[in-house]
Amino acid sequence: MRPISVTFTIGLIFGYLSLRLLLTSMFPIELVSDSVKNEKNQLDAYNIHTEANQKTSSAENPPNSARILCWIMTGPRNLESRTKHVKQTWGKHCHHILYMSSVKTDFPTVELNVSEGRENLYWKTIRALQYIHQHHQDQANWFLKADDDTFVVIENLQYILSKLDPEKPLYLGRRFKPFISQGYMSGGAGYVLSKEALRRFVEGFQTGQCTHFSTIEDMALGKCMETMKVEPVDTRDVKGRQTFHAFPLDHYVIRQLPRPRPWHMIYDYYEPNEGPNCCSDFIVSFHYIYAVQQYVLEYFTYHLRPYGYSYRFRPDEIVEANNKTNKGG
Amino acid sequence: MLSEGGSFMKGMVVGGVFCLVLSLLGSFSPVTESKTDGNDHHHHHVKAASKDELQQLSDSRLQKLTDQLQVYCVVMVQPKSLVYWATALDTWTKHCDKAEFYTSEASKALEAIDLNEKDDWARLRKALKHAYENAGDIRWFFVAQPNTFAIIENLKYLVLTKDPEQPFYLGKAVKSGELEYVELNSGIVLSYEALKRLVNVFQEEEKCPERGRQLWKLSDDKQLAVCLKFTGVFAENGEDVHGKGLFNSKTVDSLISESMKQNPSNVVEGCCADLAITFSGLSANQMQVMMFGVYRLRPYGHDFHDLLTFFPPEGSDND
Repeated sequence: MRPISVTFTIGLIFGYLSLRLLLTSMFPIELVSDSVKNEKNQLDAYNIHTEANQKTSSAENPPNSARILCWIMTGPRNLESRTKHVKQTWGKHCHHILYMSSVKTDFPTVELNVSEGRENLYWKTIRALQYIHQHHQDQANWFLKADDDTFVVIENLQYILSKLDPEKPLYLGRRFKPFISQGYMSGGAGYVLSKEALRRFVEGFQTGQCTHFSTIEDMALGKCMETMKVEPVDTRDVKGRQTFHAFPLDHYVIRQLPRPRPWHMIYDYYEPNEGPNCCSDFIVSFHYIYAVQQYVLEYFTYHLRPYGYSYRFRPDEIVEANNKTNKGG
Repeated sequence: MLSEGGSFMKGMVVGGVFCLVLSLLGSFSPVTESKTDGNDHHHHHVKAASKDELQQLSDSRLQKLTDQLQVYCVVMVQPKSLVYWATALDTWTKHCDKAEFYTSEASKALEAIDLNEKDDWARLRKALKHAYENAGDIRWFFVAQPNTFAIIENLKYLVLTKDPEQPFYLGKAVKSGELEYVELNSGIVLSYEALKRLVNVFQEEEKCPERGRQLWKLSDDKQLAVCLKFTGVFAENGEDVHGKGLFNSKTVDSLISESMKQNPSNVVEGCCADLAITFSGLSANQMQVMMFGVYRLRPYGHDFHDLLTFFPPEGSDND
């Protein structure tokens, strides 16, 4: 070993360290990476904060909080193009969700012993409700049916259901007036059966009071509901605005000059409004919502918002005010 | 002994040079960002204040900031796009503290300030000059076209802690060659100071010609950037605390479609900011739908406990 290389090496280390010391004292490193981490922590804290709000708010609802089992009417052809997007968006907000099809898959889908096709829709519904009644009736107290092109805001459905008794025979949705005297609920807009209503539907088929008399699924189910004395519910909000919708938002909310009912509102049981008063702030559903639109609605509902905005519609305050005037009067 | 000392010195020099080279390659980057110093912002992005930063302010200070924060909307319209004009009037512009419509020529259907000017840049100049002269107490200016949808509350949140006596020129910042400019179609934000400097430089024809340079015709938003640059004002990208852009030149549908391809397992989170300020290229019907989607549609029970409060405008039924 040559003595020169040892001293050279010591010199090398000394030179490096002293210059490093010099540089750090000249340019204080604000530890950019640390400040980014801090911001991330702030963000995570913010997210946790909002999630906590969500949880405490739903706890403010009546103790018997609605447990909703969602079942989606779908088929093998639509899993990739439609149902997948339901699963990734509003499907996650369901307490339980089942995808009803003619074929069992790892999606996962439940196999109903029925072929695909429009003429078999009511058979699918009958089998689906029988299946749910047999295997899942204790998991929920409300049962929502939706199509694979329906968009649902579960929290807003819960808000409506929290005021109702699931032990009563009740049936909710977008009420249509033709064919059935008490009306029936649109299939595409999604409809909800209470626990008791589900029980009565199954009983109706067991006793022959309800039959497969038509292939028009929503109307035929409505007939069975009427036969079994299940009551339709008025699901409009305190301002008379609709919550369930059989078409996308742009079919209702665009301002129109006063005109006779357009074709897509001909069936409505309650007098519909066009323009901003069509729809409640607390929308429950829209229909004919495909892929991109599912995410768009998810973004509008749960993400995009005006910071600090004091919303006009505060139904709880309206109800409180009404209660006060009632007590006073 | 001498040769040992010599080799030590050689070692030191080599070590020192090695250290310098390493530091130049970026392991030490002197930070020029300063959070509170408004005088000297060289960085090209402006972020909204974080929740922590806001919480450090007292309630009275926060209230004072909110009350002072007013936005003057400069909406550039033309009679040929009357439907967009009418829709903007009926939707998002109701949330501006002051909204003025500046038109290229008068329309019998709707009122506006008639600039009687066909050239885009000349028209923009006139509009901005008028806005500056009629600002009153308003210190923030937002320039947009009627097929852009803007959420003014989110704009206010972005600039809340920024001093309008400092020059700010914000929006979707894009680079074209050497020039960094803010795209007009996603909305341009100017602080009072920036607008003041701009109006002053309008008088200097060599720097900021009224009819644009003869040889090459720059678009009006690029012209704006050139003129502002002369006054020492630079384009900055408006972002949220995550660094996500808040000004969008596309529609929500378009951005979601893109996100479905790029982030199929996380479409919405990978797309757009929760507190986005603008979307553009919307049809008139889409703007009415957005009005509902932004100001009304929401899930019951989700409270955000925001630190500011903005009230709905009077006499409006769609928000």
